[in-house]
Amino acid sequence: MRRLSQLTPVAVAALLLAAWEFGVRAAAVPQFILPAPSVIAVRFAEAWADGTMLRHLVPTVTEVTVGGLLGGALGLLIGVTLGLSGSARRVVSPYLVAAQSTPILALGPVLVLWLGPGLAAKVAVCALITLFPVAISTLVAVRDVDAGTLELMRSLGATRWQSLRYARLPAARSGILAGARVAATLAVVGAIVGEWLGGTAGLGVLLNLARGSLFDTPLLFADLLQIAIVGVSAYGLVLFAERVLSKKIA
Amino acid sequence: MPILHVEGLSHSYGERHVLRNLSLAIAAGESVALLGPNGSGKSTLLRLVAGLLTPTAGRVALVGSVAAAGRPEVGIVFQESRLLPWRTVLRNVTLPLELSGESLPSARTTAEAALKRVGAGGLLDRNPAEISGGERGRVALARALVRQPSLLLLDEPFAALDAITRARLDDELPELAAGAATLLVTHDVAEALLVADRVLMLGADGAIHLEVPGLRSLPSADRRAALLSPDGAARQTRLYAALDSVAHA
Repeated sequence: MRRLSQLTPVAVAALLLAAWEFGVRAAAVPQFILPAPSVIAVRFAEAWADGTMLRHLVPTVTEVTVGGLLGGALGLLIGVTLGLSGSARRVVSPYLVAAQSTPILALGPVLVLWLGPGLAAKVAVCALITLFPVAISTLVAVRDVDAGTLELMRSLGATRWQSLRYARLPAARSGILAGARVAATLAVVGAIVGEWLGGTAGLGVLLNLARGSLFDTPLLFADLLQIAIVGVSAYGLVLFAERVLSKKIA
Repeated sequence: MPILHVEGLSHSYGERHVLRNLSLAIAAGESVALLGPNGSGKSTLLRLVAGLLTPTAGRVALVGSVAAAGRPEVGIVFQESRLLPWRTVLRNVTLPLELSGESLPSARTTAEAALKRVGAGGLLDRNPAEISGGERGRVALARALVRQPSLLLLDEPFAALDAITRARLDDELPELAAGAATLLVTHDVAEALLVADRVLMLGADGAIHLEVPGLRSLPSADRRAALLSPDGAARQTRLYAALDSVAHA
């Protein structure tokens, strides 16, 4: 039964791809509108073989990694601070909510204006877009730790720092990581949109090139596939970190 | 000299007074049980003694100095075991030592010994979620005893357990406390008599109304029989009558 349930998603994907391949060929859909999966696969392999994909992948992965880690670390710091201090929470929370309601991506042009069209602006977009989900999930998780656990820590003479290290953070772990999971996929969105605002390399730039000057729809789809792989990998890395952390804490 | 000296202690939560001018002394190694209706301030008294609350008036002196939260001379077991679910049984018991700055290898050795003493030596690497309620009670007791406190505070520690497990722990508690003075808060008259040298009845007005000698000084094998003897039955009757009268006062 377990094997069957593991196989089902693969079977569904295979079926969908087969239907797509067959449908496109049967209806003679032009390749520049919707290429068949086999055509996309070939173009994907070619783009890797001639170095195009790697050239554009490296900057995107760099932006996602640097921006995601920076935003995640800042979000964790802000979330822990606000989770611990009621007065800081009352002062800062309204701004945090207001900032989260502002579409971060709309700040893109401003960031490019300030930081130039290079790596910095894209890292900043990624960092900002990751910061909020991590900050808010950390705030809630750190604030809502069971009062009995905190009383136990006090009865054992724990300092504020020890209470954070031994009780609040481990108790808040799953809440914080839920925010990190959301943030990981958002970081990829941030990088792609950041690249649309300007730049010479990146999977977002390649999307524009494939759609515009190159008019290469199979490459466009191959690029989309690559972006999906980056997104899934980022999510997978957070899950992996979660597993390592839970073993370490126990 | 008493190990715990409570003098003229009063406490209120806003307008609600729960303890009034309460005085109490516990000698080293002595065990005192505190009975009383809900809301009489039993748990509040334990928290004041543990330094987790600051009294509205009066004084709590512990081994001569003012009570403060986290003193290693005091071990506390709460109503719920409050084991940290992300730590193994052993690491739950090493926690108080780690917080005092002891190295992990030495903390492990001490914690293992404490767990063995309370009969939980076979649970070291288990997670709290995998063990029974009675076992969790034993582990919480080991955690409270691991710093070898001179005063053990017990806030209805076995209230959530089934009758058989609870009876067993009540029988063993005087020996498990390992020489520490104990202050036990409970609703259970028989438990109070079995575990304590003195049983105090706290009234709804937050003052002590009655003191009855307990059975703790008897050998553990004789305590249950003594509880059912005419003398034991008379002590139970006095306490039940007092509990009834203070609850309806």
